[in-house]
Amino acid sequence: MTRYFTKDHEWIDVDGDTATVGITDYAQGQLGDVVFVEVPAPGAQVKAGGEAAVVESVKAASDVYSPVSGEVTEGNAALADQPDLVNSAPEGEGWFFKLRLADPAELGGLMDADAYQAFIASL
Amino acid sequence: MSDATVQNQDTPHAHDDAEPEIAALPLDAWHRARGARMVPFAGYHMPIQYDGIIAEHLWTRSSAGLFDVSHMGQLLLSGEGVDQALEALLPGDMQALGVGRLRYSLLLNEEGGILDDLMVTRRADDFYMVVNGATKYDDIGHLREHLADDITLNHLDDQALLALQGPKAVDALARIQPAVAQLYFMEASAFELAGVPAWISRSGYTGEDGFEISVAAEHAARIADLLCDQPEVKPIGLGARDSLRLEAGLPLYGHDLDETTTPMAADLGFALSKRRREQGGFMGADRVLGEWPAGAPLRRVGLLVDGRQPVREGATVVDAGGRDIGRVTSGGFSPSLERPIAMAYVPAGLAAAGTPITLSQRGRAFAATVAPMPFVPTRYHRKGAAK
Repeated sequence: MTRYFTKDHEWIDVDGDTATVGITDYAQGQLGDVVFVEVPAPGAQVKAGGEAAVVESVKAASDVYSPVSGEVTEGNAALADQPDLVNSAPEGEGWFFKLRLADPAELGGLMDADAYQAFIASL
Repeated sequence: MSDATVQNQDTPHAHDDAEPEIAALPLDAWHRARGARMVPFAGYHMPIQYDGIIAEHLWTRSSAGLFDVSHMGQLLLSGEGVDQALEALLPGDMQALGVGRLRYSLLLNEEGGILDDLMVTRRADDFYMVVNGATKYDDIGHLREHLADDITLNHLDDQALLALQGPKAVDALARIQPAVAQLYFMEASAFELAGVPAWISRSGYTGEDGFEISVAAEHAARIADLLCDQPEVKPIGLGARDSLRLEAGLPLYGHDLDETTTPMAADLGFALSKRRREQGGFMGADRVLGEWPAGAPLRRVGLLVDGRQPVREGATVVDAGGRDIGRVTSGGFSPSLERPIAMAYVPAGLAAAGTPITLSQRGRAFAATVAPMPFVPTRYHRKGAAK
């Protein structure tokens, strides 16, 4: 399994043609207390860089983009009752959705962990 | 991920043309040393949060929070007949205000629109006024333009202002200066805190009992340290200040109040004293008194929003046909109630508590109900009130 990152602070774990998407620890730290998450329903088609989910903190609402194109296979139902999983386990239990990749070549445009660490260090 | 709608809590207001670039307040280094996240607000770097807005909010509701509100404008007005001079601009009864008593009032324009909301205190020889940070330079200009030349206005820009708020605020502050416990809500006096002269009022903007403390900027860090050394007290950021005042049903200038809103529309009729209503004679009186007592066509109300998703400033109130008929001016998640709440302007016919309201945000409809404010009961230390 390989993890990639976007400049919009999403992460994606890829395993064959399926993947899991969430937001990074850096992103949850910027957001503060998460109070609501809207995840896509199974069957939804998402595009690379397109809006896929909404995360709301006490202070602000933010869009979450899909790092790659594909069909959503599952939204994280646990976030409905426990949106604060995004704060406590952003890169684990606080994942947002799973999808089936439409075009694995899109992964080539994403950052690896080292590149992402360098990116947030530059912000 | 990107911000879709950022509540204007951390963006400067619209009236800051005359202000300098983003400046540092007296406690800037103090906040940073304590781990605050700083954001630009009203022309200054301000602490938005320390540990997290929900934890800070709930701490203030259960214990005591220390807020730095030094960005607000502290003004002194003095001169022969200053109370009558102020009555030409403010709708409150300044002549009847006793020494050491505070009153909430409004600066109005000729059309009855609200230029700012403020607290004014009569002291022995002058009036002490606290105005919003984002509007203070405009306020000073307005006051200087309309007050007679023999009224002196001093901007106390070398004073810091701290707000200690919460049910244990009195325990913490009275340990340092026992005499403050004798103040009731909306009373003020001069005190010393560890040898530092301090002007202290029993007031605030969180719905809790508490105090606002004005001290010289050079002593602000020492007083802030002394307060935070008390076990009841933690420093709290502006993020929680906004959620606390929203739960308390208190309007925020630049959001729930602006030049297009009148006192009756804003549900601030209590700021018009009986004598002033009968006699008029303040700027904007024709429009304001014309709306008394029938009310304005659009009214500020509180809303309980169904579900868990916050509906924020900028969302619209819509009718059954989807047409815009009002607007949300503040909205967010209530940490105390664990649900979204909001303030909105709605047509007068929909302003009664219990009325169902439909809101529209980013193309989606949200169900809400008009609710009495405050959303969370206030705990002001009122004279004569049951403990």
